[in-house]
Amino acid sequence: MNLSYAECTARERLAHLLDAGSFHEWLPPAERVTSPHLAQLGVPGAFDDGVAIGRATLAGRTVFVAAQEGVFMGGGVGEVHGAKLVGLLQRALRDRPAAVLLLAESGGVRLHEANAGLIAVSEVMRAVLDVRAAGIPVITLIGGANGCFGGMGIVARCTDHIVMSDSGRLAMSGPEVIEASFGVEEFDSRDRALVWRTTGGKHRWLTGDCDALVEDDVQAFRAAAIAALGAAKAVTPALLEAEHALLSARLREMPPPSDDSDDATALWQRLGIADAQRIPDMDVAAVHALRAAAEVPR
Amino acid sequence: MKWNTLVTQLFGPYHGMREADDFLQGEVVFDGRPLTVIGTANHAPIGVRLALAQARVVLDTIAQHPGRPILLLIDTQGQQLRRRDELLGINRAMAHLGMSIDLARRSGHRVIGLVYDQALSGGFITSGLIADACDALPEAEIRVMRIPAMARVTKLPEAMLTELSESNPVFAPGVGNYVAMGGVRALWEGDLQAALRAALSQPAGEDRRARDGALRGGRKLAADVAQRVLDAA
Repeated sequence: MNLSYAECTARERLAHLLDAGSFHEWLPPAERVTSPHLAQLGVPGAFDDGVAIGRATLAGRTVFVAAQEGVFMGGGVGEVHGAKLVGLLQRALRDRPAAVLLLAESGGVRLHEANAGLIAVSEVMRAVLDVRAAGIPVITLIGGANGCFGGMGIVARCTDHIVMSDSGRLAMSGPEVIEASFGVEEFDSRDRALVWRTTGGKHRWLTGDCDALVEDDVQAFRAAAIAALGAAKAVTPALLEAEHALLSARLREMPPPSDDSDDATALWQRLGIADAQRIPDMDVAAVHALRAAAEVPR
Repeated sequence: MKWNTLVTQLFGPYHGMREADDFLQGEVVFDGRPLTVIGTANHAPIGVRLALAQARVVLDTIAQHPGRPILLLIDTQGQQLRRRDELLGINRAMAHLGMSIDLARRSGHRVIGLVYDQALSGGFITSGLIADACDALPEAEIRVMRIPAMARVTKLPEAMLTELSESNPVFAPGVGNYVAMGGVRALWEGDLQAALRAALSQPAGEDRRARDGALRGGRKLAADVAQRVLDAA
């Protein structure tokens, strides 16, 4: 039976993605570790501050896991939310699980406590890179309705491995923010096809920005997470030189703006991907075949 | 402060630093030791191009000058808010810059950030905030969002936010708030050369910003919550 990852809550994802009954939560809602800043502003809080963290098993291996709840403040990172993520990563450094899973769903920094959130996200980045440096893979799963944006979009790219569904989105600034700053001509946030061509899972997969593209199905995410358990990639000068070459080539190859051709389609064509115009209508299996044929570097 | 005024005070009139399209770069000598300096000017938005330009110099410094300290000069209005940058994966380019700086730290380079004019959100998070430590000039401005814009987005009354910002540093703009929260280690006041000398002489080490935030009273929970996770049964 297909269970939509996008439609699940954070806790439902944990229940179905991990080995059944294995999730043991740290700082659970019963402990009421909430945001004092939201309370001060008179804004309703959540007893977990929008993120569940703990340990579990995945295919029998011990993993540490965090799941952000997009329904609460869009998954925004505040002081407590961010500190729970940092604590989990620090504990991973101490206890050495097989992997850390980050079920990311976030608009980035929570504006109600923006300064604390910004510093917290940078602390999460550093803690992720500490865990990676210890050889423990950090695996990000992106498939929630709110996508993975802002500082969390950067954090995701600091991890070893990213799994996305085709309905998932990964980027920096949300389309609404760009439209508000530079107008609807720059980015029409209501043009869903344009939004997905720019930030969606298929685009990220075709360009190598994510490592696995799956259907919007919790079991598909589980299978991809299990497959990624050995995915640790040490951050070395060679790795970053290769990354630099890839990003520089992409910047050079980006076609100039044109009235005749959509930017995303033109970029896919430049990357050697056949049938670029048809990609938005393709299913996941067909898109998999395209990337294999084009041999897009990761 | 203008970048040229700053580097002249720090490194003298023959500093040799140059600016091209908002990107600052130079190899300077400070106290007889070479130093790599990179940064941005004119409140530049950080897009893919500027992230890659900075990362290039960091990677070159790691490859060619092992152990040489790196100074990041920060003046940015934040990340580039353009659809084409998003299409190109601006988050990946930012992460690449942050990871390059992080690799430099781990490879034994001291990396110091200095906010000399303004620093906003996405432009700051993969520069100063991932250095060994980030300092600021007292007149610098650091923020995610100004209070009127925040009032619109959060739908909270501006007057209430303004009043609360007097006592709670977590949301209002201001370099002092970032010091109180531990995000900025110190302000450079008076003799800038002495301040840089002091910054470079501080030991590197683990991320102590959450503890600083607790000690200074601006971010009381972060260190405690992380510790509770470590101690949880």
